[in-house]
Amino acid sequence: MSDTTQNGPMLAADGTPLKRSLNRALRRQKLRALMLIAPLLIFVLVTFIAPIADMLFRSVENQIVSDTLPTATEVLEDWDHTTGTPPGEEVYEALYYDLYLAAEARAHTRLGTRLNYEYTGVSSLFRSTGRGLEDLGEEYQDILEDADDSWGEGAFWYELMTGTGDTDASLVREHRARLQALENARLTGDVGFAPSVEIMELLPQTTFAYTDFAVFTALMDEDVVAEEDPWEGVYAGLAQDLQTADLSGYDGPGAEALVAAQQTLAEQAEPINYTAFFESEDEDWLNPDIWATIQTYSSNYTGGYFLNAVDMQLTPDGIEMRPDGQRLYMVLFQRTLFMSLTITLSCILLGYPVAWLLANLPASKANLLMILVLLPFWTSLLVRTSAWKVMLQQQGVINDVLVWLGLVDDAARLVMINNQFGTIVAMTHILLPFMILPLYSVMQGIPPSYLRAAKSLGATNWTAFWRVYFPQSVPGIGAGSILVFILAIGYYITPEIVGGRTGTFISNRIAYHISSSLNWGLAAALGAILLAVVLLLYWAYDRIVGIDNVKLG
Amino acid sequence: MALTIAKPTSAIFAAGVAAVFGAFFGIFVGTAQGSGLLGFVAGGAVIFALAWVLATFMREQQKAARWGLAVIFIVAGFLFAGLPGAVTGAIFGVFFGWLTFFVASGRYRTEIPPYATPRQVLWHYAFRIIAGLILVFLITPILVVMPLSFNAEDFFTFTPEMLAFDPEGYSLKHYRDFFTNSDWQGALWNSVRIAPVATILAVGFGTLAAIGLSQPHVPFRQAIMAILISPMIVPLIISAAGMYFFYSRIGLQGTYLGVVLAHAALGIPFVIITVTATLVGFDRSLTRAAANMGADPVTTFFRVQMPLILPGVISGGLFAFITSFDEVVVVLFVGSAGQKTLPWQMFIGLREQISPTILAVATILVCISICLLATVELLRRRSERLRGMSPS
Repeated sequence: MSDTTQNGPMLAADGTPLKRSLNRALRRQKLRALMLIAPLLIFVLVTFIAPIADMLFRSVENQIVSDTLPTATEVLEDWDHTTGTPPGEEVYEALYYDLYLAAEARAHTRLGTRLNYEYTGVSSLFRSTGRGLEDLGEEYQDILEDADDSWGEGAFWYELMTGTGDTDASLVREHRARLQALENARLTGDVGFAPSVEIMELLPQTTFAYTDFAVFTALMDEDVVAEEDPWEGVYAGLAQDLQTADLSGYDGPGAEALVAAQQTLAEQAEPINYTAFFESEDEDWLNPDIWATIQTYSSNYTGGYFLNAVDMQLTPDGIEMRPDGQRLYMVLFQRTLFMSLTITLSCILLGYPVAWLLANLPASKANLLMILVLLPFWTSLLVRTSAWKVMLQQQGVINDVLVWLGLVDDAARLVMINNQFGTIVAMTHILLPFMILPLYSVMQGIPPSYLRAAKSLGATNWTAFWRVYFPQSVPGIGAGSILVFILAIGYYITPEIVGGRTGTFISNRIAYHISSSLNWGLAAALGAILLAVVLLLYWAYDRIVGIDNVKLG
Repeated sequence: MALTIAKPTSAIFAAGVAAVFGAFFGIFVGTAQGSGLLGFVAGGAVIFALAWVLATFMREQQKAARWGLAVIFIVAGFLFAGLPGAVTGAIFGVFFGWLTFFVASGRYRTEIPPYATPRQVLWHYAFRIIAGLILVFLITPILVVMPLSFNAEDFFTFTPEMLAFDPEGYSLKHYRDFFTNSDWQGALWNSVRIAPVATILAVGFGTLAAIGLSQPHVPFRQAIMAILISPMIVPLIISAAGMYFFYSRIGLQGTYLGVVLAHAALGIPFVIITVTATLVGFDRSLTRAAANMGADPVTTFFRVQMPLILPGVISGGLFAFITSFDEVVVVLFVGSAGQKTLPWQMFIGLREQISPTILAVATILVCISICLLATVELLRRRSERLRGMSPS
């Protein structure tokens, strides 16, 4: 046995080198540990980390503009907003057809709401224009149908657009993708339509509009395209195409009708003018500022929500502060920080004596008093908040006692709720145990003999405390403060109930944007900033105390 | 443990100390009756006289003296303000009887080193009073809610009938409302349906992971720990916002499953923390011994490891349970009307249609938390005992 150890590498019982055998055992051990952790890790990643990541994503996500107005934003790219003139006819043309589909899908108001965050008034502009879009096409539709009834028939149109020669499905695919982006859903199913190559070249705008109609009819309304009359927008497209189209080489279905239509339109109708149409719908469409806003926010990702969250805005000329009257969030952040600090300080002031008392009493008495600390800790948050609401109200217990004692006049009862005072008192009470418990565990570890030694060396009570005891209790204060501060800064329920208007936190604003104003992007941006602050503090807490040392109860 | 031998003090001193308190309370009684200054002087003088009499003539008959004082105060209080006065009188009588003899017999010095100066003694007791007041601050809201839940009126404050201890002023009607109102019963049922399932999920996954994490060689231990603890650190409103966005994307928003998953995620850190804390004291040679005697890993886990870490697992489970049972922010966003839990119903009650039934529910919840607190405390003691048995 000694031979092998002296000559070669040390061998394990099965003959493999010991080093490799040990490594393999270590690897297996690591793998087993990971296998035990994996289910939970996956669970937390899916149910918790993914939602947080989703929220962060939403704070910069801005596809809505380019999803709703894909062509218009593309054409608009070449426009220079500094000229101070509205963009050219081609932008209005693209806007008409983009908006038409969006209005059919009822997505234009969503875009209006989105852009309204950046430029007030856009929302009503989009809503009112969305209702009037059909008017432009209807004019041409009436003229065409008066001349030839077949223009009002779905089957005729279908035959015209499908043609007899080659068809090209790529346009349908493109428009299906557009509609999917608008509806935010996967649309499966057969459209049952593909425009003929010939018609596509001859009547490009008509094909564009008709394809939108066909895709929407087949996928959203779930009707047969050939049986439905096309949208008014398609007639507008036809009118535009026929102004310039050279029909002489075309002999597919409906060739005669097209030639006749070209003639009728040339005689009876004004040439189509999209700019004038939009101007008649609302003069604001000629306002270059609106177009500049659309252009600024046409990218897929934006820092606009974050800028909003710190009272700035992204304008076509760069980043600038919001006007004074609209600055809201910095005040709110400052208030949140100020109130959280006040709450933390009051928790230190109130928690320190209690923790000291608990740490210096004999164990049996300390355990008894500990119940008084732990009972509120274990009591439902709602119970404690409702208790404070009951106590602080103007007709509540504290005011009643003060009035009974004659300290406060019955007519001049103190206002202690629905303001900052109410929030601070209630939250100090709620978070106090989180300060007392870490302080207590640190103070328990400070030997009382140090204080006695200091005193026997001639220190006064105060010096002994301040120079000897207090420095040793600082880690406890640090741990407790960070814990209380982290909890306070993100509190929602208590400020919501006792905070009124002036005592609310940034979290209340986040909730408001999620459930009432539906500005999810801004809510996500505010949340991301709050999260960054909390994670920074968490990291500090980890460095000072260590997450492994968190103790409960 | 007495640091100092009690030496009786002079009657004047004891009466003086009592008079300070008497004057202090006198201010309040005085202001309530019209004149604070008069109350201050009268309170001080009366208490001084009574305490001096007790400390001078009745030092040997402490018990009788204290009873006597209490009776005098009760009678005076009753004549002055009826039944509530008698109760207040009883409290004051017992307090001043105790205080007078506590000072007069010198017992107040026993806890303080003999070399302490009078100022230090004064500070010692002032400090206790301050700390006591803070503890009262901690407990008062709960103590106020309990009696108010028996209010016969729909008020959130003590009615004159209640203060007069008139049975007419008390009733169980808010409790009756809680047990008969379909809104509250539905909410209770939802809470009972959600919390245990979330707890089971959290405990199941959490215990396994905690065992994995306490193995000697775990790669990326810090990072994994940070991820698993994060639901406790991230503010609830952010978790709620993220879950709302994400769960509506995947169709879990407004479903029972969504709420259960969200609550399980929130409860996991508590399970991890308590179970890893228990596992720190776990003696690994026990599992090796079990394996040595032929037990396979599963048997070892259930017959050796599990019974020893069970207290930690159960208290982690209780934490997870109370987290889910108390949680309102996340369920407010992730849930829909069909998942309205008890805290949610309370939240609505507090924000919109403030109804005193909330106080009855609050009292019931406080009783539940007292039971849970007692259970956790017992488990902690048992865990310490078990750990003490195993050599570490």
